[in-house]
Amino acid sequence: MRQNRFWGWFWTFLGVLYFFTPLYATLDFSLRAKKGQLTLLAYQRVLTDPQFWQTLLFSLAMAVATILVSLLLIVPTAYWIRLRLPGLRPVVEFITMMPFVVPPIVLVFGLLRVYSGGFLPLTNFAAGTNILLVAGYVVLALPYMYRAVDTGLAAMDVRTLTEAAQSLGAGWGTILAHIIFPNLRSAVLSGAFLTLAIVIGEFTIASFVVGIKAFGPYMSLVGQNKTYESSALAIISFALTWLFMGLIHWLGRSQAGQRQQPVGAR
Amino acid sequence: MLLPARDAPLARPARRAAWAWLGVAPFLLFAVLFLFLPSLSLFVGSFLDRQGNFTLDNIAGLFTPSLLSAYWITIRISLFTAVVGGIFGFFLAYAATLSGLPRWVSDGITTFSGVASNFAGVPLAFAFIATLGRLGLVTVLLRQVFGFDLYEHGFNLYSFWGLSLTYLYFQFPLMVLIITPALEGLRREWREAAENLGATGWQYWRYVGLPVLLPSLLGAIILLFGNAFGAYATALSLTGGLINLVTIVIGSQIKGDVLHNPGLGYALAFGMVVVMAVCMAIYYPLRRRSERWLRL
Repeated sequence: MRQNRFWGWFWTFLGVLYFFTPLYATLDFSLRAKKGQLTLLAYQRVLTDPQFWQTLLFSLAMAVATILVSLLLIVPTAYWIRLRLPGLRPVVEFITMMPFVVPPIVLVFGLLRVYSGGFLPLTNFAAGTNILLVAGYVVLALPYMYRAVDTGLAAMDVRTLTEAAQSLGAGWGTILAHIIFPNLRSAVLSGAFLTLAIVIGEFTIASFVVGIKAFGPYMSLVGQNKTYESSALAIISFALTWLFMGLIHWLGRSQAGQRQQPVGAR
Repeated sequence: MLLPARDAPLARPARRAAWAWLGVAPFLLFAVLFLFLPSLSLFVGSFLDRQGNFTLDNIAGLFTPSLLSAYWITIRISLFTAVVGGIFGFFLAYAATLSGLPRWVSDGITTFSGVASNFAGVPLAFAFIATLGRLGLVTVLLRQVFGFDLYEHGFNLYSFWGLSLTYLYFQFPLMVLIITPALEGLRREWREAAENLGATGWQYWRYVGLPVLLPSLLGAIILLFGNAFGAYATALSLTGGLINLVTIVIGSQIKGDVLHNPGLGYALAFGMVVVMAVCMAIYYPLRRRSERWLRL
């Protein structure tokens, strides 16, 4: 055991070193906007840039839309599959795994090819590009959202709850809105924050569909011509990721058996 | 007496089955519109020439030196970061679960892994430029303190090694997250049984631990491979598009027909899907196999 512990500390030390060196370097860099002194100038410049807030708010709005749309699509589907169509489960699970096979850059390529003309020319107007962006994000979030919802449903007795509600005269809408959703709250919230963490700084799909309106492309633009500000942005973005992950962790604590899930959008 | 009781449930489902499908219709419609149609359109496009006739030229065009080398570099970086990140992540997960470190350390490792595996793309590139770029902290430190100039010794953040080091930042935490449940699934009784039979620590790992874990390990490394293979944002913001990765070439093809042949672009994207599909086809049986011993 003693020897085990030595190696345990050894690998932990290496991990901490690898994890914190870039963070420290970035923090250090972000504080050197003025020669020879430590200053928060870079942060001040970032936070007073109206474009920073515009793009961040835009991406937040897109994230919220993504979460709502994916919940509306996934919760009734997962519920229905448990209740009435268990035979369709492999099909739906296959679909939710598809985003792992189609990388974001390929997905956006395909989306643009289909929707920049043809039967539904979404790229011709601003609202259309937003719809396309949200659709792409819903696809990216699909594996995580579906798993979160499905785990949540597994933890409750869907059939008994439904029959109890039905015998009290509830319709499908009432059952979903007043029985299923409230019971799924913590599972859904962790899926939602994970989606938020994926979407907020997402670059690949955003840069091709909406361009500089979104936060990811904005960060990239800042990186091309402002050194210190880009470091400050990296630190801010890291803090945001930390915040969302912390919330997931905190929510997961109340639920035994919930695991943090890895993310695929790079 | 029995018949009516049986009749009722039989009579209903027949009528229900038709509209029961309606419950999943929105989801299926969405999947068709935004997942299958785009994929299908790229697939079809890669077999069409400019005039819209069937051709295999685009697929053949993938086997030109510059595109083959794009695939080759992408595969090399993905493989390297998957294996190195996988091994390092495995040891770190081991440290967090089995080595008897204090609880707060192992909790810390898991939480940090959750954050770091999500810290990718543009900001990650910025962080590594601040660390290992020409004016990065580590570069400057090595030069000033040890008189060692990384860049004069062939290192370049914007090349294979730099990109690999950067990818590892999200690869090894991902490995920690994937492999931790498998390590937790190793039962204490197995170790005790092995020790009772006189096995050393090495023998336990060689004949019990690693064979049980092997499918999980391979499966996880394949997931890491796919994760790096599809990465675009990190590579683009780190190198400014100067490195010849498949994702970068596809990106420039979307912006403007750099290959001078739309069909070739679609074929390139289709090729990526094929590689990812092969990964998944290997991953699933492995996962099923690892579930035989470990309840995940």
